[in-house]
Amino acid sequence: MQTKKKAINFMKNILAWLISLIMLIPLVLIIVNAFKSDAEALTLTLSLPKEWTFSNFVTVIEKGKLLQSFLNSLLYAGCATIIVVLFGSMAAYIFSRRRDRTGNAAYMYMVLGIVIPINYVALMKVMQVTHLNNSVPGIILLYTATQLPFTVFLLYGFVSKIPVDLDEAAVIDGCGPVRLFFGIIFPMMRSSIVTAAVLCFLNTWNEFVMPLYFLNSSEKWPMTLAVYNFFGQYEKSWNLICADILLTCLPVIIMYLSCQKYIVGGQTEGAVKG
Amino acid sequence: MKKSKLYPWYFAAGAIIIYTTLCVIPGIIGIGYAFTDWSAYSKEIHFVGWENFKKLFSADTNYMKYITNTLLFTAVTTVAKSGLGLLFALALSKNIKLKNFHRGVMYMPSVLSILIIGLVFTSILNPKVGILNQTLRTVGLDSMTQQWLTNPKIAFWSVMAVDIWRGTGYIMTMLIVGILAIPQVYYEAAGIDGASGWNKFIHITLPMLKQTLAVTIVLNVLYGMKVFDMVYALTNGGPGHTTEVMYTAVFKQFSQGLYAEGTTISSVMFIIMVVTGFFMIKVLTKDEVQE
Repeated sequence: MQTKKKAINFMKNILAWLISLIMLIPLVLIIVNAFKSDAEALTLTLSLPKEWTFSNFVTVIEKGKLLQSFLNSLLYAGCATIIVVLFGSMAAYIFSRRRDRTGNAAYMYMVLGIVIPINYVALMKVMQVTHLNNSVPGIILLYTATQLPFTVFLLYGFVSKIPVDLDEAAVIDGCGPVRLFFGIIFPMMRSSIVTAAVLCFLNTWNEFVMPLYFLNSSEKWPMTLAVYNFFGQYEKSWNLICADILLTCLPVIIMYLSCQKYIVGGQTEGAVKG
Repeated sequence: MKKSKLYPWYFAAGAIIIYTTLCVIPGIIGIGYAFTDWSAYSKEIHFVGWENFKKLFSADTNYMKYITNTLLFTAVTTVAKSGLGLLFALALSKNIKLKNFHRGVMYMPSVLSILIIGLVFTSILNPKVGILNQTLRTVGLDSMTQQWLTNPKIAFWSVMAVDIWRGTGYIMTMLIVGILAIPQVYYEAAGIDGASGWNKFIHITLPMLKQTLAVTIVLNVLYGMKVFDMVYALTNGGPGHTTEVMYTAVFKQFSQGLYAEGTTISSVMFIIMVVTGFFMIKVLTKDEVQE
């Protein structure tokens, strides 16, 4: 019995390594090829570069306008995250405290946003009428709109767990609604706010469709759009493409490694309740 | 203090206004535009009745093919990701050395940009220089090498395979968290009653994972119906529309200035999702509604 169990555990570990390997190969492929010379990167292999070429990154940053698009991505994702977290937490708080018909209906209406698809064509009309098309505030508001439903859904679960007695005690102490929320409730939601912010930042950093539809000028492009364009231009220079992809993914990977707890925690919070 | 004063609606106004203006209103006016000849080529917009919808469902156009492709993509990827995810979660939830490393690696694809994953796989699946065909040649399986993304017979399956690679780790992680949350006493009690491993799985594990599975399946269906980045990066609908899905078709119409057709297909999606959405929202918010 003991040996059988050991054998099963051994097989399990083999399986774990096998899957991890399949997940890692593409990443390793990108990393090693990003350091190869032009001649060496003609075919994409997992072999280590004969000599490590760092100039690829310089070339990519210059030719791919990576710095500009990096700053754009940072601006869009950063601003959208701040607005989403602020408005999202305020809305989630109101919905969770008003559990009457209107409150529940408003919450449902908001969460329906997770389900309904965006009509990009008609959205263009709205963007033109509101003078938001091809503009920085426009793209930030679009990111905000697409992220709000999930954020409200996520934060609603957390804020519901904060006891209402606390609100009543605060009111007796003379708190108004603004001080009650920003002084007491918001700080208590801190860990869930971080989770929501990290998820929102990652999602908006990776966003590709909205800028594809609504940002025409290349100097406003975020990293995803810049890397796509670069890919089309340098189809044969795999070393440059890999360097470009690596630099684009790097912020996400760093963020993932440092905030893994919040990312996985936040994702599972929504799903694991039963 | 009264509820209305303590929890003022203006707190929720910001979120509701932005969401309504940019998500809901386009969906609704889009339905109106679906009955017109709106395009980039004429200044005036005329009412044309059901013309666009007739075009959508007629045999002369490919739209039905795009709709069935989208449904096929959704069904195949959802079933494969959930099945593999469950299998791996059961195998890997306990007794794994370096479990945090493995979980970290397996979850990673779901934080990366879908577009970039697509681009990376166009190089992996490249028939000449890509690592997949090279590996097959090295181990002597030359006959298995394929034009993965340009052969009309297999291109769509390649796209789905890449998406399964991307999404399985996410479901697995959710399910592992779910499995670890099941109190150990249940299994011990069942063990005392002499239940077999299979019986424990059917009567304890599976029922306890029902909600997690339901949520992940709903999220996957939603993703599949709206899929764009992955297909756009890998094949852009080609070769010859064999991998075209609804949203790549919408983008093509948009860039060609065929706005009316683009908004018609979007509206069909919108109506389908709002109607079925009610059911999906029920699944997502199940616990909260009961509270």
